[in-house]
Amino acid sequence: MKPQDLSTAARNTWCPGCGNFSILNAIRAVLARMDEEGFPVENTVLVSGIGCHGKIVDYLDVNSFYSIHGRTIPVATGIKLANPDLNVICFSGDGDSLAEGLDHLIFAAKRNIDITLILHDNRVYGLTTGQYTPTSPTGFRGKSTPEGSIERPLNPLDLMLSAGATFIARGYSHGIEQLQTLFKEAILHKGFSFVDVLQVCVSYFNMYESYNRRTYSVEGNDAASFDQAQEIIRRWSYDDSESQIPLGKFYQIDAPRFDQAYSQTKPLLARGDKIGSKLESFI
Amino acid sequence: MHLVISMEDFSILIGGIAGDGINEAGLTAARLMNRLGYRIFMYYDYPSLIRGGHNFSMVRASSERIGVCRDEIDLLIALNQDTVDRHSGRLKESSIFIFDADNVMGDGIAEKSCGISVTGILKEEGAPSVMKNSCILGAFCHAVGIEWTVLEDVLKKHIPKKLELNLKVARRGYDQATEFCRIADLDNGPEPIITGNQAISLGLIRAGLEAYVAYPMTPSSAILDFMANSAEEFGLKVVHPESEIAVILMAEGFAYAGVRAAVGTSGGGFCLMTEAVSLAGMAEIPLAIVMAQRTGPSTGLPTYTAQGDLHFVINAGQGEFPRLVVAPGDAEDAYLWSAAALNLAWKYQIPAFILSDKIVSESQYSFDLGLAGRAETARPALLWNGQGDYHRYRHSDTGVSPLAYPPQRRQVIKADSYAHDATGITTEDAQITREMSDKRMLKAQSLAGELEGYETVKLLGDERSRTCLLFWGSNKGVCREAAESLGLRAVQVLVLWPFPEKRLKDALQGVERLISVECNATGQLATLCRQYGIEVDDRILKYGGRPFSLNDLETELERRDA
Repeated sequence: MKPQDLSTAARNTWCPGCGNFSILNAIRAVLARMDEEGFPVENTVLVSGIGCHGKIVDYLDVNSFYSIHGRTIPVATGIKLANPDLNVICFSGDGDSLAEGLDHLIFAAKRNIDITLILHDNRVYGLTTGQYTPTSPTGFRGKSTPEGSIERPLNPLDLMLSAGATFIARGYSHGIEQLQTLFKEAILHKGFSFVDVLQVCVSYFNMYESYNRRTYSVEGNDAASFDQAQEIIRRWSYDDSESQIPLGKFYQIDAPRFDQAYSQTKPLLARGDKIGSKLESFI
Repeated sequence: MHLVISMEDFSILIGGIAGDGINEAGLTAARLMNRLGYRIFMYYDYPSLIRGGHNFSMVRASSERIGVCRDEIDLLIALNQDTVDRHSGRLKESSIFIFDADNVMGDGIAEKSCGISVTGILKEEGAPSVMKNSCILGAFCHAVGIEWTVLEDVLKKHIPKKLELNLKVARRGYDQATEFCRIADLDNGPEPIITGNQAISLGLIRAGLEAYVAYPMTPSSAILDFMANSAEEFGLKVVHPESEIAVILMAEGFAYAGVRAAVGTSGGGFCLMTEAVSLAGMAEIPLAIVMAQRTGPSTGLPTYTAQGDLHFVINAGQGEFPRLVVAPGDAEDAYLWSAAALNLAWKYQIPAFILSDKIVSESQYSFDLGLAGRAETARPALLWNGQGDYHRYRHSDTGVSPLAYPPQRRQVIKADSYAHDATGITTEDAQITREMSDKRMLKAQSLAGELEGYETVKLLGDERSRTCLLFWGSNKGVCREAAESLGLRAVQVLVLWPFPEKRLKDALQGVERLISVECNATGQLATLCRQYGIEVDDRILKYGGRPFSLNDLETELERRDA
């Protein structure tokens, strides 16, 4: 299977130069390659929220549930619990998962459910034409914050680490090979995988020049070490300082998973007698 | 030897503080009467707190099937003074009064009165205070001439924990009491006594439920408890997630993957779900939603009843899409219609609501065991035949597209919250948008057609009467009985959407005076009927959180010359 076999006829409506293209190309290549390696693509279900990121499911000829704003994770959780053999991948935005649906994100990490979430983190609301998000730097001048946002940004990786995610990584839309590596590792990881992708919005928050200058890949880190992961994750707090921005896999451990508890449950089919005897117990 | 009273109707009130186990005590009394062949209705009244406060159970036992209490009682059991102060006005001259003599000033309340040193007995036997119930129910049995062996049997079956001590304490209560009468044994077989919530659960299970997802909220929480306890027995996946928003979206995830799921909540929780109700409408996700009403608006009275959400539920969610709304009136309706609702949700790929309230959900009803086998079992949904390319939203004569669940070899299954084409890919095309809207609304027509085969409207009371009580949900008990005793017609609307216009108009043939009886402030069913040209002449409304008693309605009908 070639990556282009996973394309649909839907017309792509992202802006030219949008960072989402990198994520689309990377995941398409990964799913096509995995299909050849014995992970049939029909075993994958994609779940998206609402925002520019969400359109990705229209562009991929793969099972999908195009959900509502902020709600990728509960949908994905239901799908995974229904059929633990499915490979479930969420695509979400920083507004989607860190504002509207933050509770679900924390609970997915807390439960360590075996799904993957790829965060299209452009740090701005694109589809609503430019408002600040939870990862926008303080002082961000958007349509809802003309004088600059007052809030401090959230470091989603730090949050995921403390909430219990067992795979945490960061990629950048100018690093498609690294994205492919991270996506594949995240998908193969058993547990909740969180991949933050610095995905540049060319129209409302063009960070290419800044990211190109400041990002670097971490090498030789011990991904099993919580302390090391935390130290790397805290090197940059999504502010507008000139600090360097690490990319790569920061954390990966094995831990019990929520879906395991449900994987053995099989519905009892002959229920009539059981209902009768249950009712008799109420006499 | 005392008089054997052949009471066809016997009401008991048991009151105490929260933590005394008043619900369980009422249920035990109900089970005792059940053993004598009486049919049961039990209302449980409790404030929203864990310990203290005033709780009471009203158990009404009758030779007939009932679903409502009377104001006056034949027997009062008081575990605290509060119970006497609040309820002694309900006593008749013939009533019996049993009380904990260590806690209650029992003098001068009733002629037939019997104080038991409950606290003293518990202390002597080293029993915990929750065993007050067993002690006072021992006294109850002796006072009304129920054989000791009947109580022994009921306790053995239903309270197996610390049985020996319970029996000892009950026996001491029994021995201390005086026999005032002997309640006649009606020689009917006993029946299961279950709550509406249990009936809803069993109905859903009967129709093939595989997953239940809920966040606790009174008065729906007991469904979650029941499902969690039955998970192993029936092979259910039961999940209690972070919020009602997560609840309904998880259930939709289950359904997308082919697993029959239901959710349960009450008003506030349902408010959080509404965006995803609309998603189920647009993406055509089958789903059963139990909405158990309580007094609103907002937090309202968490543990009390109302029928204030009829319009909310039939309209919830942005945009236009078909749904099913059924409103059971008792445990038997709840069982039969919950099974039907789950099946119809899957047949038409729509959200289906079981609209309950505190009274249906939490009251105890005698349940005809013969009905157990009569509810629908799981009917298979329309599945894709595997020919050609799969299109999730393919057009059809009924509006229903065949379902397929992942994985399907070299096929894609796309659900979409946006306007979409037949393959499930987003579109903004005006014509496709309109055609897809028509397809969804066609399902409403198909559903309405199928519902003609169901008893969506029920005719009760005197069918020839020109005065008719119109009701829905838990007022079935009070309206049926008032109509029977006053010679009126009574009509129950069981399905609220699609509205059974023709069936209702047929049931109302020849009616000259139509009176709606509802537990809300505006008469929501009456308002709904007006949309279909059915004018209600009079509205009898109760909205203080408490249900109608039989006396309430009869008095009000007499006052209005009905």
